[in-house]
Amino acid sequence: MSQPFAKLPAWADYGLLPLINLIVAFFVAGLVVLLVGESPIDAAVLMIKGAFGSGDGVGYTLYYATNFIFTGLCVAVAFHCGLFNIGGEGQAYIGGLGVTMVGLGLGNVLPWWLVFPLAIIASALVGALWALIPAWLQAKRGSHVVITTIMFNFIAASIMVYLLVGVLKPLGSQAPETRVFGDGGQLPGLGWLLNIVGFNMRSAPLNISFLLALVAAFAVWLLIWRTKLGYEIRTMGFSPKAARYAGISELRIIIITMMISGALAGMMALNPIMGAQHRMQLDFVAGAGFVGIAVALMGRSHPAGIVLAAILFGMLYQGGAEIAFDMPNISRDMIVIIQGLVILFAGALEHMFRPSLQRIFQRVGRGKREAAAAVATGGGQ
Amino acid sequence: MAEPAIELTGIDKRFGAVHANRDIHLRVEKGTIHGIIGENGAGKSTLMSILYGFYQADSGEIRINGATVKIPDPNAAIALGIGMVHQHFMLVENFTVLENVMLGVEGAPLLKNGISKARAELKRLEREYQLDVDPDALIEELPVGLQQRVEILKALYRGAEILVLDEPTGVLTPPEADHLFRILEQLKDQGKTIVLITHKLREIMAVTDNVSVMRQGAVVATRKTAETTVEELAELMVGRRVLLRVQKGEAKPGEIKLSVENLTVRDGRGVVMVDDASFNVRGGEIVGIAGVAGNGQSQLIETIAGIRTAVSGRILLDGQVIDITGAADPGELRDRGLAHVPEDRHHMGLVLAFEEYENSILGYHDDPLYLNGPFLDLDAIKADARKKIEKYDIRPGDPRLKTANFSGGNQQKIVLAREMERDPGVLIIGQPTRGVDVGAIEFIHKRIIEMRDAGKAVLLVSVELDEIRSLSDRILVMFAGRIVGERDTDASEGELGLLMAGVEQREAAE
Repeated sequence: MSQPFAKLPAWADYGLLPLINLIVAFFVAGLVVLLVGESPIDAAVLMIKGAFGSGDGVGYTLYYATNFIFTGLCVAVAFHCGLFNIGGEGQAYIGGLGVTMVGLGLGNVLPWWLVFPLAIIASALVGALWALIPAWLQAKRGSHVVITTIMFNFIAASIMVYLLVGVLKPLGSQAPETRVFGDGGQLPGLGWLLNIVGFNMRSAPLNISFLLALVAAFAVWLLIWRTKLGYEIRTMGFSPKAARYAGISELRIIIITMMISGALAGMMALNPIMGAQHRMQLDFVAGAGFVGIAVALMGRSHPAGIVLAAILFGMLYQGGAEIAFDMPNISRDMIVIIQGLVILFAGALEHMFRPSLQRIFQRVGRGKREAAAAVATGGGQ
Repeated sequence: MAEPAIELTGIDKRFGAVHANRDIHLRVEKGTIHGIIGENGAGKSTLMSILYGFYQADSGEIRINGATVKIPDPNAAIALGIGMVHQHFMLVENFTVLENVMLGVEGAPLLKNGISKARAELKRLEREYQLDVDPDALIEELPVGLQQRVEILKALYRGAEILVLDEPTGVLTPPEADHLFRILEQLKDQGKTIVLITHKLREIMAVTDNVSVMRQGAVVATRKTAETTVEELAELMVGRRVLLRVQKGEAKPGEIKLSVENLTVRDGRGVVMVDDASFNVRGGEIVGIAGVAGNGQSQLIETIAGIRTAVSGRILLDGQVIDITGAADPGELRDRGLAHVPEDRHHMGLVLAFEEYENSILGYHDDPLYLNGPFLDLDAIKADARKKIEKYDIRPGDPRLKTANFSGGNQQKIVLAREMERDPGVLIIGQPTRGVDVGAIEFIHKRIIEMRDAGKAVLLVSVELDEIRSLSDRILVMFAGRIVGERDTDASEGELGLLMAGVEQREAAE
């Protein structure tokens, strides 16, 4: 009675619907490309080729995807608790401080495999602490976490500018960045991994933090669906009243969840800082924190979906850069428009096609039933 | 004989796999009160939604006053003279009665003329049907009984000749319900046709001329009310014989298990919700709290269960004081043997998005039985859920099914199984059978009596006075946050009704 539409089978819900959204997004993006006088088909070929056609293409795609997996997981964990953490950008930015401290301090002393775990801990800790303040304000004072985390993005950006222009910049240098880390502060690349599947990566910055991102995705899955803490987080996310009834402390769960979320964002900093540039530069997050929101939406807050969505957005970044390079009419900003369309259709308008799809499934289902009924009566005669 | 006011032939409606209405034939004679009775999910509301244009039937025909009609939307229904009074009022709370009545039929962009016309028309309707309401009163300041009257006025103002009322007495006190029935009689005498949807057999017997019983989407019988009995209707509704009277022996009250002393509770805005309440519940007895919804019962039981904090007073559980001022923790109370079946099953007692087995541990998820270090022991939890499913006959018996897909009765059984199987000393139950079908009601009542007979202290809150009267060993009545009286179970319904309405208020109104 209260369900006016047929329920979709799982494969349609998790596979078909996102696919339709994606196709529509690319279709509209194609119209935009057409509008500026380029061929959408050429652009599509260019994008796919740019993203997956070479070892370096794949390397870059997965390098970007690594960032988005971390920030996507950050947003998803908070989603499961009913919190909208928009502060991934700032938490990742500040998390860079943790990486940098370890990289600068120990990069010349220890080998990378000892520096790496310490850097992981440091980045996660700093990211978590940056999320702690909005979490505390939300849990104790009811200040909305959306507002406070946005504010904290600005605070983080300002602090980092101050530090990079003044405190962390080597004496005499003009660039707002730290000095290059010692060998121990540089993560090994994953060229060997691409070699296995027949790609040859020369200059792409894909590094071992990609594997860390996959481990983090699995850990988040374990946390959310297999642990008591995850159970409490989901209870809170679905129904704060039920959580209260069940004796789950709202204060405790909000703070823990936000800190885990912040820690995941903080770990994103490992990839560009230790994995690619081997130093901290101004604005190294470059919007990955916000892309994480779209990734989490598109991946339905499930780690497997997030990994796939992150790779898609990695493709958009890498392939988009190739298009901008090869097609004179398409600037870097056009690529942002295309990314925006994907976010719009796959994220914000996620459910736009659901009713029509449900109606189609309902009709097909009824047709089948009637056919079956006809066979049954026909057999009786 | 005159054409029937409504004639439905072969109405059929599916929602995906759910066959909500099957080949329905229904004839409602002009100038009668026609009852439609059935369990939750029997398809009553769907049928009326089709009549009112919310849904379209897949097949079948609707005839109003003999003419075949199509009703694509509620406006078409209104144009045909069909008016609907919804279970949940569709009123703008901060508008006046007059503004609500004319909402949508203002007549012109400027309100001035419309208002004076509406005022005159409202006066006439009030005179004709004795539906007195102050046209300038704000809706939020009116008691629910009067709000419902505004809904009826709204329908009449739009020229309704056929009035459909969906579960109209759910929110009313017994005196208010009686008053409503008098209004319905009057409307009938003026030639209006009334369709009354309800699941309360007593109301059907009291006011209707004819009654149709629905079960599983089909009309299984239509009877003249005078020629049927409550027992027959109940059997038709459920499809088997039902024990309407609760069978129970004498209570054997033991030690005081739960004691509430001078409890005062305020809500978030500082309004006093529970006012100096004191009572005891002994082991082996059921204490029922009667009252119209919203008189502080919810706040009272939520405070005892540790979900809310109190301003002052004391609560003792097994003689031990519960901290009620701030550190109250439902988890700790559970450990001390207090189980709570909350009134709000959908948001508090269950997480509807969870699979059944996940809900079977809600609140008890700290129990090492279900855990493996920090991990959930899914095998143990599911095995435990299966045991409860079997014992409480929860259907469908699939612990992996999403809780939202269970019927109301089975959802309630999930909560009851979880709370009762823990063998608590004190059991607090809010609205045990709200939204629950007749078959499950019988089962739930039996389990509650069993808990009592096992020596547990049971505190029962329900807005169904019948339920309170048939289950309780002692009855407390709450009005405006205060416990205004204690009665034995042989107290008459009228007497309890007066208490529930707060007698002084009633005298002032009439």
